[in-house]
Amino acid sequence: MAERERHPARPTGRVPRPRGLVMDPDDVRRALVRIAHEVLERNHGADGIVVVGLLSGGVPLARRLVELVKEIDGADVPIGVLDVSFYRDDIALRPVRASGVTSIPVDLTGRVVVLVDDVLFTGRTVRAALDALADHGRARAVQLAVMVDRGHRELPIRPDYVGKNLPTRGDESVEVGASGVTIGEALPPGPGAFGR
Amino acid sequence: MNRSDLLSVADLGREGIVEVLRLADSFAEVSERPVPKVPALRGRTVATVFFESSTRTRLSFEAAAKRLSADTMTFTAASSSVAKGESVRDTVETLDAMGVDAMVVRHSSAGTPAQVARWVRASVVNAGDGQHEHPTQALLDCFTLREALARRDGRPPGDDLAGVRIAIVGDVRHSRVARSGVLAYRALGATVVLVAPPTLLPPDTSSWGVTTSGDLDEVLPGVDVVYLLRLQAERIRECLLPSLHEYSARYALTAERERRLAPEVLVMHPGPMVRGVEIDSAVASSARSLVTRQVRNGVAVRMAVLFRLLAGAAADPVLVPSGRAGGEP
Repeated sequence: MAERERHPARPTGRVPRPRGLVMDPDDVRRALVRIAHEVLERNHGADGIVVVGLLSGGVPLARRLVELVKEIDGADVPIGVLDVSFYRDDIALRPVRASGVTSIPVDLTGRVVVLVDDVLFTGRTVRAALDALADHGRARAVQLAVMVDRGHRELPIRPDYVGKNLPTRGDESVEVGASGVTIGEALPPGPGAFGR
Repeated sequence: MNRSDLLSVADLGREGIVEVLRLADSFAEVSERPVPKVPALRGRTVATVFFESSTRTRLSFEAAAKRLSADTMTFTAASSSVAKGESVRDTVETLDAMGVDAMVVRHSSAGTPAQVARWVRASVVNAGDGQHEHPTQALLDCFTLREALARRDGRPPGDDLAGVRIAIVGDVRHSRVARSGVLAYRALGATVVLVAPPTLLPPDTSSWGVTTSGDLDEVLPGVDVVYLLRLQAERIRECLLPSLHEYSARYALTAERERRLAPEVLVMHPGPMVRGVEIDSAVASSARSLVTRQVRNGVAVRMAVLFRLLAGAAADPVLVPSGRAGGEP
């Protein structure tokens, strides 16, 4: 998901503090392997699939998913990168930073897009992503893969592939990184933490 | 008030310039799509308020606003009540009252955009004020240069222009492009030499952090970029030059001078070009000329500027739902 959705952002002035490891790197890898199999099973192979990672957290997961699909099926699946900053519904509410440049290597018309993000929360990033994808062609279908579904949806959006369902409180923060998945508390900014 | 303006390159500082350039990367991608439009500023209104003539700047800002899905309004002095004697203040207050979110202001007097910013609620972008500044031109020139240098060196665009040697040649004295350009290039780490006859240099450049020269042929072998300025005949009221011909002979980038440049040296011009005076036609169309890239990139960079000013502009605390820590509202 977008950088500013992962953490409670500036308006609340809170910073995340990691509390516990929920998935270690091996758990994440196993979940990705399962998702790769599920993607291939559900789509009867890799034909016509495009994997699109959401900036910034979804991109490394999308890369690994493409590698795993290649290992399992031998197919080279095109990979894209999507920045949804200009499609968000909260543009007026908070400062926006450029998180990266969109790059969709193929026309999506007629393809099956597997959208990849790290954490699914309110669903607003995914809503913006669906709008953004529509500007790159009319996909035959869009499927959603996330490493963590933490609940608290504000829109009728559900994932097709989930690494782990993780019940959370709304004020907790969830981080997916190289060291696995951690859940933490969002705390008011301390000294030196300002401007996170 | 949360409103922000872009009146001078100095408002941005190095960090702000880098942020605009990075945002412009994203908007350059948008501009290359079959449908070059994003909904980012839907429902916002951008007015171009030009008290002085312009082709590319006004069109570029309007294209930028439209690609961001903003609505646009166009004001040009010649076809307005200014012709009937309406003042600048009444004009901009009228526009402001109509509910404009941003005003892109050009005027022949330095400081007009800053003055307008004190009168209106809308964000103000300086699109050129007299001989003072033209910040978006400087930003698009930085963007174009950064892109061209990355292509030349076969690497992704970096954030700065460290070590790049830029010669700004011509009518520096009357040039707002040069003033904004020097601020931006210096902020990004480039070195700048101003080349002009002494009569066309500003009276005092000691605070600019640049060197000056009166000899183009001496400067050319040591630069990476030759940035030519238009001779601003309409602003030259005194006798500053013996003749146009003599100016061209000594300061124009002629085909003969161009042949002596190293192959990787780049040529830029802010437009409008007067071919045959400051630049030979063949040079303007040569492979080293970035003139069309400058115009093309102008739209992406102005999208970045408008987006940066207007996105988050309504970040009034009362609009942000409280008690929703842990993610977006």
